Amino acid sequence: MGKLPLRARLATSIGGAAGRVSRLSGRGDGSVIGGVVGLRMEPDLLRLLAADRQIVLVTGTNGKTTTTRLITAALSALGLAVASNAFGANMEAGLTSALGRARSAPFGILEVDERYLPAMIGETSPRVVTLLNLSRDQMDRAAEIWLVARRWRQALADTPDCQVVANADDPLIVWAAAAAKRVTWVAAGQRWHEDSWCCPECGSHLRRDDLGWRCGECGFTRPAARWVLDGDSVVDATGRVRELSLALPGRANRANAVVALAVADFFGVDLDQALPRVREVTSVAGRYTQLGRHGRRLRLLLAKNPAGWLEAFDVLAPAPVPVLLAVNAQGPDGKDTSWLWDVDYRLLGGRRVLVAGERRLDLAVRLEADQVDFELADDVDDAVAKVPPGALDVIANYTAFQQIRTALGRAE
Amino acid sequence: MTGPRHRASASSLQLVWVYPDLLSTYGDRGNLLVLQRRARLRGINAEAVTVNADEPVPRSGDIYLMGGGEDLPQILAARRLRADGGLAAAVGAGAVLLAVCAGYQVIGGEFGGTEGEPVAGLGILDVWSGRGARRGVGEIVADVDPQLGVPRLTGFENHQGMTRLGPEARPLARVATGVGNGDGTEGAYAGKVVGTYLHGPVLVRNPGLADLLLTWAAGPLPPLEAADEDWARRLREERLAAVSAG
Repeated sequence: MGKLPLRARLATSIGGAAGRVSRLSGRGDGSVIGGVVGLRMEPDLLRLLAADRQIVLVTGTNGKTTTTRLITAALSALGLAVASNAFGANMEAGLTSALGRARSAPFGILEVDERYLPAMIGETSPRVVTLLNLSRDQMDRAAEIWLVARRWRQALADTPDCQVVANADDPLIVWAAAAAKRVTWVAAGQRWHEDSWCCPECGSHLRRDDLGWRCGECGFTRPAARWVLDGDSVVDATGRVRELSLALPGRANRANAVVALAVADFFGVDLDQALPRVREVTSVAGRYTQLGRHGRRLRLLLAKNPAGWLEAFDVLAPAPVPVLLAVNAQGPDGKDTSWLWDVDYRLLGGRRVLVAGERRLDLAVRLEADQVDFELADDVDDAVAKVPPGALDVIANYTAFQQIRTALGRAE
Repeated sequence: MTGPRHRASASSLQLVWVYPDLLSTYGDRGNLLVLQRRARLRGINAEAVTVNADEPVPRSGDIYLMGGGEDLPQILAARRLRADGGLAAAVGAGAVLLAVCAGYQVIGGEFGGTEGEPVAGLGILDVWSGRGARRGVGEIVADVDPQLGVPRLTGFENHQGMTRLGPEARPLARVATGVGNGDGTEGAYAGKVVGTYLHGPVLVRNPGLADLLLTWAAGPLPPLEAADEDWARRLREERLAAVSAG
């Protein structure tokens, strides 16, 4: 690492101290405050901390935190230290804290909020930018996704030295990435189509078939992918097929793993070394964690938007394992719960369904319309008391998830 | 006038969901599902027909629904619907139409495009929209025109549009909390056409408005059993209380 200027060193160490105070006092996990304090002293701190490192930025509506974790795992095969905002603090302060905490790490694997990607590309001069997917999310405060894609496109066109790893199955992602000079296309799949019926290039209707998607009017079409998720297997750029066999559940995580392996490959990691490390990841920032509670085995799934709920349903244990759904509508969740109506809850049929969270009545009316039987629960412990000993899957949106984790953290 | 839409009480209804591939950004399926449920509970079979933007809009529907959308899809939807002509023809023949947010703007005479430039709408409802200075985002409560006999509206709005009503349209409601059209009114109606900025979705939180649309299409309806209204009633009460506490 290059030597930091004095003010940046001071800013980093004082910021680090603030993070430790935050953790020790139990006020926070320390992943943001250090960056906030440091940036106040040295506004250029993120740029200085990122200089001379190999930076990977990971963004998209869903899968950022998990993919960041999987890339970190894959790169661990190199035996070099990695700085990462592993707990999802994905704006400037979170990135700054992550790099400040691991000053000597040659790699920075950083997830970035979709809206901040252009600015963070400017600050960190990344070697790789990973684009996962774009779909509706917290629309009362997030920018329209078309606008997000347009800003990405501009930022990537202005950054010719960077390698983009992008999902070829998401038309809006392809449109954003197509402006970049070097793109590795990954066939990572797209289960949620409701935000990409319009051609991003000309606005006409996109057509889909088994081979992908294309615009009937302007010819904008799915690019050929060098990396492919095929069932439970990954096909690499040389055509070699390997079983994924992840500990993490679900199709979406297999897609995230293929993206992570493509990034690792870019840095010269031997996939036979990387894959076992990716397989070992069992939980990500509390997600997919299995917890015991009064004789029940709880599994926590985070789902923040319709595309995320669709992927979460894919991960549920088969009926009759009961499921608890919990929804809040605080600032980080989006205050408009209309999106619940974009999720098809009929997929829950045959299960016992409990609903909790600050907006459980919205869920109740939603489930009633889909003719899915449900019962109210006051909180996670009430749900635990209502179901028999055995497995209980929990799907929650952002602040509801954090509340449940906090409640379970105080357990037993 | 005679025709399939002027029955005293219908045993089946056709609900046409217009361009969900372009205009269904905010859970707009909810309006369709609520109409289907409330019809079904009265023994009326409500068949849903989904019409994507590359398909012709049928003229035989009883109730047409349009939802919200982002700028580019909204402009594309207006262009396609003008070229197709089916929606305007159906409404002209007496069909019911509920249009929400971007859909509300599209059925008017004009709305604001990506840079605020005027884009031609369908001219079905005498409303004229443009881009306001800032987005109206949050819970909205509004009191419905007493002539319609619908309890106060609760919903969530998220739009940058300002809408002015021409002489052929009446305000749907007066805003108690929120932005709505931008001049103290919210939404508009004329004949059997209703436009509103309310998401939530609007018919989920306002079953009275859902029943008004069903009545327009199918004739007088019996009330539902209290148990069938219970969850929606509790949700309404919670939302209205949250706004007055807020």
